[in-house]
Amino acid sequence: MSGATIGAEAGPAHTSSGSIGAFVSTYVFSRDHKIIGLQFLFSTLLWFLVGGLLALGIRWQLAWPWAEMPVIGRMLFSAEGGQVSPEFYTMLFTMHATVMIFFVIIPILAGAFGNYLIPLMIGADDMAFPTLNMLSYWFMWPAFICIGATFFMPGNGAAGGWTSYPPLSVMEQAAPGSGHAQTFWLFGVTFVGISSMMGSINYMTTIIQMRAPGMTMFRLPMTIWGMFITALLQAFALPVLTAAGFMQVLDRLINTGFFIPEGLVVNNSVAMAGGGQPLLWQHLFWFYSHPAVYIMILPAMGMVSDIISCFARKPLFGYKPMVYSISGIAGLGFIVWGHHMFVSGMNPVLGMTFMVATMMIALPSAVKVFNWLGTIWGGKIQFTTPMLFALSFVSMFIIGGLSGIFMAATPVDIFIHDTYFIVAHFHYVLFAGTAMAVFGAIYFWFPKMFGRMMNETLGKWHFFLTFIFLNGTFYPMHILGAVGFPRRLADPYHYETFRHLLGLNQFMSVCAILMVTTQIIFAYNFITSMFWGQRVGRNPWGANSLEWAAPSPPGHGNFDFQPVVYRGPYEYGSPEVDTDFYPQTQPPPESSDGEETAHDA
Amino acid sequence: MGRIWSILFLLVPILGVAFFVWAIADIWPLNNHWLPENINEPSRVIDGLFMFILYLTGTVFIGTSLLLFWFLWKYDADRNAEPVKYMHGSHTLEVVWSILPAATLLFIAIYQMNAWANARMRRPTIGPGVDLIAGTADDELKPPLALVTGRQFEWRIRYAGKDRLLGTNDDLVTDDVFTVNDLHVPVNEEIVLQIESEDVLHSFFLPNARVKQDVVPGMRQFIWFLPGKTGRYDIVCAELCGWGHYKMKGRLTVESADDFNSWLAAEHAKQEQSSFSASEGEE
Repeated sequence: MSGATIGAEAGPAHTSSGSIGAFVSTYVFSRDHKIIGLQFLFSTLLWFLVGGLLALGIRWQLAWPWAEMPVIGRMLFSAEGGQVSPEFYTMLFTMHATVMIFFVIIPILAGAFGNYLIPLMIGADDMAFPTLNMLSYWFMWPAFICIGATFFMPGNGAAGGWTSYPPLSVMEQAAPGSGHAQTFWLFGVTFVGISSMMGSINYMTTIIQMRAPGMTMFRLPMTIWGMFITALLQAFALPVLTAAGFMQVLDRLINTGFFIPEGLVVNNSVAMAGGGQPLLWQHLFWFYSHPAVYIMILPAMGMVSDIISCFARKPLFGYKPMVYSISGIAGLGFIVWGHHMFVSGMNPVLGMTFMVATMMIALPSAVKVFNWLGTIWGGKIQFTTPMLFALSFVSMFIIGGLSGIFMAATPVDIFIHDTYFIVAHFHYVLFAGTAMAVFGAIYFWFPKMFGRMMNETLGKWHFFLTFIFLNGTFYPMHILGAVGFPRRLADPYHYETFRHLLGLNQFMSVCAILMVTTQIIFAYNFITSMFWGQRVGRNPWGANSLEWAAPSPPGHGNFDFQPVVYRGPYEYGSPEVDTDFYPQTQPPPESSDGEETAHDA
Repeated sequence: MGRIWSILFLLVPILGVAFFVWAIADIWPLNNHWLPENINEPSRVIDGLFMFILYLTGTVFIGTSLLLFWFLWKYDADRNAEPVKYMHGSHTLEVVWSILPAATLLFIAIYQMNAWANARMRRPTIGPGVDLIAGTADDELKPPLALVTGRQFEWRIRYAGKDRLLGTNDDLVTDDVFTVNDLHVPVNEEIVLQIESEDVLHSFFLPNARVKQDVVPGMRQFIWFLPGKTGRYDIVCAELCGWGHYKMKGRLTVESADDFNSWLAAEHAKQEQSSFSASEGEE
């Protein structure tokens, strides 16, 4: 590092008077954005483990169909002799997606990093609405309880897919998981929505209103731009999902029939309601859930931009084009939802319109990749753990982005829709992309959060093994998709077309098991570093943005001085100063006479 | 260490391309790990489009991944003695790398529209339709050969009666041939199927004909294909339809017109003999 470290002089992190009431108000019902951010981080990491284990259940069945599941098989399925039952399998992939999307990716990006970083990176002492912020975390708990409880309901959880397409999800008689479990699933998702809405209002207000003196919008780090655009997306897309969720609840509970056509005979019983249209749900659902795809990647892109610029020791290439392309992705993101519905029965003319918009959304993504490459070109690259994860985001996002073009092409999508090609695509974007960026962000901001470093050697092993095994797990899915291997089948091998694909699936499952096992290294590193990691000062990486000017960890109110911003966050290698970085708060040389900047450099 | 990490990122394009080449070249153990046999002549264009996009995206993948590797290799802080190139971007480059992909993407978008229209919008016709106002008639659409109804967890297939029209008087009760999960079609003829659902969403997927259409309760939809080869193929349900989704499997038998007609006649006769048949008077 650049010798920018100042000894461990971090102030007391949080005021506490020792009484139980003070403990509760400081660490439980805290209104400090940092504590709330950490609460989101710990909760989501625990759910990450749950989601990963559900994924292993899926991989088990696909590699060794109907074989007895080791260790837990007899406990879960005593009646079936330890086999995964087909209804349990549908629950597994439904809940894997639900947990990963609603309890991990969205809350870890917006909830954990958004909360922790926004006030620090813009130079504010806290969020604009601290109480609302606290509520946004505590409204996750009804969601955790609702969806956690579905595991103990008939069907062992909702089983209509995370997309919950009616009539399957509406008619209780249609599937074992479509009873109470589905109702509670809908309530759970609605609570996540309320939480996200509270967060996004807070983030927008804070970013617009509470920037430090000198912090113009175009001096904001890309992380903040990602969070800001994400908050806008959530605010405009979420109401539609919430409304749709309530419509489905009404269909289920009082037979309103928004989504149920007339004359259905499901499982030998006639549907009560009628006059609705199943495709209406798909339109409403994807009107939210496609922008949600960008909610799940834009903050990651922002964090990756910051990490790459920092460890290339070079200004971010094309800052404004990066901002414009994030905004372009968000804008176009509202008019591409129909590409999930090319073969749904939607008017094929409409499909053409969505196809053109979808093709165009690849453009800003490409611009971002080129700018990341431009950033590392001519730099002095430091291969730290956060940098490796950020670079792997770029490398993997290239794959995940390019495979999207196949399914944007409507005729090709006829063949690959609902096959493993799609599964490959979104796992490259969401796991190999976002989750790797999140790992990088944890390694990067861990010293700020806890005042201690994570172990670099363990971090690099964690990176290396995760990177190898994730590709072993997800890359062959492209090949499966090319054969037409469908998603969501408990046993695809009784189709002659897919029988020979068992071997490849076994290889993928072995990789998946090893990938999950690798995360033990991460968990060990995270926990031990929290307590015994090497202590660091304010700016261990020699980074420019404002959070590194605050103590590590920052105390209540964040800054022990009033930060004033003089420049953008990417002034690495500037000829104006001798150091290879130039913090946003450091006054320019000519005006710095007599002014003491105790906090850095 | 920078060298090792650079090489790790170099392995991405090398192994990534090798894996695809391996599968396409049909080499053990990845035999038949590629697009399955296509018996639907008009949908060859889908396979062609798939390969075209594969080559195009493959080129971009190789190019960008190699650049990533090369920059990591060359600008490793431990080895790069030159000062950092202090720059904030390049307007020219931004314009170039915006316009090039935009043009390419727009080209793909327009290029494939015809294939989409053929697959989903231009149902086969059988000559000119009734000319109510001279010269304005659309061609008459080809009537469906059969009605395929999805229900948990089977495909019910109903062939039209003697006039080969579904839903007309002659096939209300008697002349229809009903089968379950067993679809027979004549070879080298444009096949139109009417697909419906009785309960939840299903998806009628013929991997070997590149046909896939979600079946939506309350909607009447048509799919068409032109099988150019006899044989037996899978009918797959590709939309989650409940716990038994995985076993909702049908068989498509493509056979010569003679074989098809005699099969249909035999099925009809079998149906007439069964005690459930209501064969009054019509014959």
